[in-house]
Amino acid sequence: MTAYLLKRLAIALITLVLASMVVFAVLEIIPGDPARLMLGMNASADQVDLLRNQMGLNAPLASRYLHWAGGLLSLDFGRSYTYSVPVIDLVRERVVVSLPLALIALALSTIIAIPVGLFSAGRHGRAGDTIAMGAAQLGVAVPNFWFALMLIYLFAVWLRLVPAGGFPGWSAGVWPALKSLFLPAIALALPQAAILARVTRSALIEVLNEDYIRTARAKGLPYRAVLWRHALRNAMIPVLTILGLQFAFLLAGTIIIENVFYLPGLGRLVFQAITQRDLIVVESVVMLLVAAVIAVNLLVDLSYAVVDPRLRSRQ
Amino acid sequence: MSLLEIEKLSLSIGNTPILRDVELSVAPGEVMGLVGESGSGKSITALTVMQLLPWAARATGRVTFDGIDILAASEDQMCALRGDDIGMVFQEPMTALNPVKTIGEQVAEGIRWHTRASRADAEDHARKMLDRVGLPAAQFPLSRYPHELSGGQRQRVVIAIACALKPKLLIADEPTTALDVVLQAQILDLLRDLVAENRMGLLLISHDLAVVTEMADRITILRHGEVMEAGDTARTLSEQLHPYTRQLAQASMHVPARARTHEVGLDNPLLQGAKPLLQVDSVTRDYPGRRKSLLKRAAPIRAVDDVSFSIDPGQSVALVGRSGCGKSTLARMVLALDGPTSGTIRFRGQVITGKSEAELKPARRDMQVVFQDPYGSFDPRLKVEKLVAEPLHVLEKKPTNAERREMVAKALHEVGLSPRDMDKYPHEFSGGQRQRLSIARAIITRPKLVVADEPVSALDVSIRAQVLDLFAELNQKLGIAYVFITHDLTVARAITDAVMVMHDGKIVERGRTSEVLDHPQSEAAKALVAAAPDLHRAIARRLHEQG
Amino acid sequence: MTLRFDIPEENFADILAKAFTNRSFLAGFVITALVAVIAIVSFFWTPFDVTRLIIADKTQAPSPAHWFGTDHFGRDILSMIMVGARNSIAVALVAVGIGMGIGVPLGAFAAARGGIVDEAVMRLNDLVFAFPALLSAIMITAIFGPGALNAIIAIGIFNIPVFARVARAGALAIWPREFILAARAAGKGKTLITLEHVLPNIVTLLLVQGTIQFALGILAEAGLSYVGLGTQPPMPSWGRMLFDAQTRMVAAPWMAIFPGMAIVVTVLGLNLLGDGIADILDPKSRRQR
Repeated sequence: MTAYLLKRLAIALITLVLASMVVFAVLEIIPGDPARLMLGMNASADQVDLLRNQMGLNAPLASRYLHWAGGLLSLDFGRSYTYSVPVIDLVRERVVVSLPLALIALALSTIIAIPVGLFSAGRHGRAGDTIAMGAAQLGVAVPNFWFALMLIYLFAVWLRLVPAGGFPGWSAGVWPALKSLFLPAIALALPQAAILARVTRSALIEVLNEDYIRTARAKGLPYRAVLWRHALRNAMIPVLTILGLQFAFLLAGTIIIENVFYLPGLGRLVFQAITQRDLIVVESVVMLLVAAVIAVNLLVDLSYAVVDPRLRSRQ
Repeated sequence: MSLLEIEKLSLSIGNTPILRDVELSVAPGEVMGLVGESGSGKSITALTVMQLLPWAARATGRVTFDGIDILAASEDQMCALRGDDIGMVFQEPMTALNPVKTIGEQVAEGIRWHTRASRADAEDHARKMLDRVGLPAAQFPLSRYPHELSGGQRQRVVIAIACALKPKLLIADEPTTALDVVLQAQILDLLRDLVAENRMGLLLISHDLAVVTEMADRITILRHGEVMEAGDTARTLSEQLHPYTRQLAQASMHVPARARTHEVGLDNPLLQGAKPLLQVDSVTRDYPGRRKSLLKRAAPIRAVDDVSFSIDPGQSVALVGRSGCGKSTLARMVLALDGPTSGTIRFRGQVITGKSEAELKPARRDMQVVFQDPYGSFDPRLKVEKLVAEPLHVLEKKPTNAERREMVAKALHEVGLSPRDMDKYPHEFSGGQRQRLSIARAIITRPKLVVADEPVSALDVSIRAQVLDLFAELNQKLGIAYVFITHDLTVARAITDAVMVMHDGKIVERGRTSEVLDHPQSEAAKALVAAAPDLHRAIARRLHEQG
Repeated sequence: MTLRFDIPEENFADILAKAFTNRSFLAGFVITALVAVIAIVSFFWTPFDVTRLIIADKTQAPSPAHWFGTDHFGRDILSMIMVGARNSIAVALVAVGIGMGIGVPLGAFAAARGGIVDEAVMRLNDLVFAFPALLSAIMITAIFGPGALNAIIAIGIFNIPVFARVARAGALAIWPREFILAARAAGKGKTLITLEHVLPNIVTLLLVQGTIQFALGILAEAGLSYVGLGTQPPMPSWGRMLFDAQTRMVAAPWMAIFPGMAIVVTVLGLNLLGDGIADILDPKSRRQR
């Protein structure tokens, strides 16, 4: 058990270090001179020099990387060039929008998908299953940002139930803030729920063909009880895998959805930074999101061990 | 009054008829043996009684259990019967238990469900049941998971689940087929005792006539979904009135005709002739073991332990032992598919251990293999011609297409298949035919040695007899030496000159086949011989018991 | 995660016969073929010229002349969707090609070699998986600027570990089979065995994954173009059309509805096709019907 945990932890850390090298290489080495890239062709040599000094670009590569990576560890991401404030302040301001959005969407999609998957697997091949999976098939095909536009059209423009976009900030009260996250969360969650429901169903159906399901039935347990007590837990492993992958997609999804709803989250920040060529902000936000993906995958690995006793005793 | 009464049961799945007018009954305390080859419908009959059929199945006729009409019973009624009044044991112990639940939970679950007992009471009951099936608390606490148990132990858990509530009827569907003979004997003993203790009726399903004869009071013989013959076990098998019964019994006891046995070197206990074909010298193979803690290095597991032997040209040798004794590992090293940790193997005088694939080519030409599973040993994507011709890869000179077809045709002819079969895919052949293909592939390079890993254990008895005949014939005609790996002593007796008994990675006994099997000396050999089901002996014993 | 699957034991003719009775496959095939034909036709003919801006015709509702209406520059939406199909398919197809071309050999190699090579390939996989397509696109566009080519690279890079993983899992399920042992006993090396026995047996898995990634590629391209990181105007693309529609939702909802439907239909077709192929080729899933 401990060996398994330590191994997964080590892998996560190695991946994180490698990822930071990739980000550093792509954004600080490939451009040649990041300062020139940020300031554009019209900048004077003096301006470029100033920024080079400010960014510490004159130091050797290795020490630049170490300095940057060390900064990340102490949550010192550097200063935004365009906003002239520490990047960490910008991130802190924006993450309170993006993170709740991603979490609400994840929770929503799980709450919808697992029961639908169970329902469908329980009625495998019958009308209810066909209808639910037809809907899921459609849901998988819908791009979330288009779905978002349609939701805005329906709920905000037509029915005027919720705001079409914008975010009042948590200071305006929890309810108005949540209300403005409502549509974006649905837009994110439904297509993901469709995928998850399909995976849940097929994992369950595969498990239901196993010999031990027959053993459980031979004990006299009714089908429902077998589904809940024996099949679901075994089917959790592929479901967890997909949940982990989905978190990465959800994070990416939030970036786009924030632009549809004009939410001041990390996604908006990163797009503004790209237009303004503020590499320092891009670098920090990308690194943050990558770290989040790695952390979630680690969490998924650990939850495997909770679900499957074979992993606990294996080395 | 019968406990279980099946009358005129017919069943089809989709449009395929599976059973026709099956009649069968089990009285309380009686053991009924249901015998048949694969596809005879014996498992489906059992699943009909449990009402655990695939949903496309349609059954007609009457199945009465304890006065209840099973075919008309509701799902709720069936749930009340299953696990309480009818218990079932399945063939595959490795997959029959839920891997994420402890054995305690799995045994207690049915008890709690049917008796509404408290968790503590149910666990108490489960504990007693596990003790009864031979899994004592000290080594097998309720908190064990299935993956921590061996196949035989898992089958004991399945039996504990099935018998926990002392059912009136126990259905055992090939309960020992996946186990080696020694485990088989133990599990059969356990079943026999449980049945006697609780006066359960037992419906024992098996393809093995000897097993059924040892266990059953009456037998029913099924073929293609129809009952061929039914009646008292001893009488049915001693009289063999029905032609199919006779065919089955004879195939079970079949010994291929071998005009000339190979006597060279047999007087020498090491089986060493003048110029051995294969020489194995103090070969050991370790596998990395499981680490107990982070700090300590794991102790390696020794699969093969200091084994030495040699085989003469044309000699047929059996390597017998229980599952996990290291015989397959040894075979792989002989075939140079795996390297020993220490020791050397010489083939025709050349060392083949630690050699590169290129250096091994000459040896590979003279050494071929036949596997157990006639289904898994062919790439389903390729035609027979390419599959049988695969070993030609080791020839110095690549044959032309025409030459290759010629060689494949000849090999197919030699194993009793038509050269026209060369353009078919493997799935177009039956299990027995595939094993012939497998042999054709093995002999196409005219090898001096063929290693066969349980080559007939997946085949039905009648097919098994034919394939054994083919092996014997090729040994005579082409002078091929065999290493037969098997846990089945009847196979060893049928076609080998000498036997080596393996136990815990060591060869513990060796000698002339008849001598070792008739007068085993070592504990391991004695256990194997005692446990091996033997139809002759079983019939004799039954007749004797009945006077 | 271990992968278990049965190798279908039938030849091409049987499979073809089955394909034409599988509803999912048929529907998927028809839709996908239709989209492909539309994309090809757009090279030679579209109802209107998408490069000409006719401001007088701007934001017209659907009519017999403009079936799907016009956009804010007076361009015919139907014509733009036709040309956009070309773009979507090209981007997704090349991205799948990159993923398969690099990922499959990598996965097959890792499975054949095992040990440290396998570990290294898997760790590389983890690394790339940490960068969802959109993140790599963000990094690439921050340096090289937006464009269709960068979108292809970003989506393609993300496809590599997907195919590597599927190929590796499939190959690992094939390697312990007895027919591989038989090939080894015939003196064949790992490369030859991979080519002759392993790859032909996992082709179906790769095909199914290919259609899935194709569909995901179309969604990803649309997403990237929507946020301005993908295909650049004036080249029409479905994602970009939705971006243009966003601010005109009240006045011209058709500008958003039709390009979105185009995406949905195309992705649905590909997914149905993939499901159909999986159904036809996997005997286990068939047994359940």
